[in-house]
Amino acid sequence: MSNQDRIVRILKAVSQSDDVPAAEESLFEGGYLDSFALPDVVSALEAEFGVKIPDSDLNPRKFETIAKIEQYLAARKA
Amino acid sequence: MTSIAAFGSWLPARVVTNAELAAQLDCTPEWILDVSGIEERRYAAADEDVVTMGVAAARDCLERARCAASDVRLLIVSSGSAAQRFPGPASAVAARLGLGETPAIDVPVASAGSLFGMVLAAQLAPAAGPVLVVAAEKMSGSIVLEPAHKATSILFGDGAGACLIREGPGVLRIVNWQIGSDGAFAADLRLPLTGPIEMNGRSVIMQASRKMPRAITEVLTRGGIAPAGVAVFLMHQANQNLMNRVAKSVGAPPDRFYSNICRYGNTSSASMLIAAAEWAGSTELNGGESVCFAAFGAGFHWGALLAAAE
Repeated sequence: MSNQDRIVRILKAVSQSDDVPAAEESLFEGGYLDSFALPDVVSALEAEFGVKIPDSDLNPRKFETIAKIEQYLAARKA
Repeated sequence: MTSIAAFGSWLPARVVTNAELAAQLDCTPEWILDVSGIEERRYAAADEDVVTMGVAAARDCLERARCAASDVRLLIVSSGSAAQRFPGPASAVAARLGLGETPAIDVPVASAGSLFGMVLAAQLAPAAGPVLVVAAEKMSGSIVLEPAHKATSILFGDGAGACLIREGPGVLRIVNWQIGSDGAFAADLRLPLTGPIEMNGRSVIMQASRKMPRAITEVLTRGGIAPAGVAVFLMHQANQNLMNRVAKSVGAPPDRFYSNICRYGNTSSASMLIAAAEWAGSTELNGGESVCFAAFGAGFHWGALLAAAE
């Protein structure tokens, strides 16, 4: 399973929806996530990818789209 | 032993319903309730300000504590919505309370200001004597009732709270506390010199969702108290959805988180003490119950304080 697939799986679980946003589509503007769901996404990403996301990185723009999440995680694990 | 002797509060008479705001903000009353948990809030009258509201809450507190104003040795006033840059409201509140030359200091910290004031008071009271902490906010003067600003305009209300902290027995013995600040996100929630409140809601929620549970867990761990063993959590009433999230993260039953946000909205730094005053006025304590205060707000500043019933 690709990293993008793993991210999509998390988003589906948190949003409790089978809708799959495009990689560059805003998760917020597209209505896939509300503001209160984002902390759950971050926690799930930490568990799934085995990374610790520090508070200083909790900038919503870094988690705006699937592509940005994938880029962030790649940089975090590098 | 340093204790909270009593709480006090004061709220303006004017009730502003979601229906009244929705008509001006191009939204529905149901949407406001869904995103915030707020049904109505209070707006101060033109002749009511941070000082008048703070004085009223302070008098209520002193009366409940059976403490004369002349016995207060230090006044701390928290407000993020005072009418002028300086002097802050503390000296005017002190003068109207008849505190004479008693020192009066301002804590211009929105939202978490009352918690920071309580922590300062807990450390100063053993040396200085009784410390009166007042938090007063006129947030209605900091919002714009236009559709473009509805995300923030629906949230806020006006009011004031107070507590008296002194050495010796009281209603609640202060056990420990944890406070913190992180200026890296200072621009994400601010009230500029001109214009309305500016808030990056997602950033606020993300940071608050982590920092508040962490502070609560820290004070509970140090106090040897399990989350489920806390009788009541008295939080800054920022947003019902945020309080629910904190309850989930901490692992405590949501009904232990006292909430009056549906009636008063977010009164910034005043909200935690208004909630505390309401809770204290409607609760019979047996002794030994743990009470946890928590707040998060602009700065960012945040923290938690653990207390126990005498």
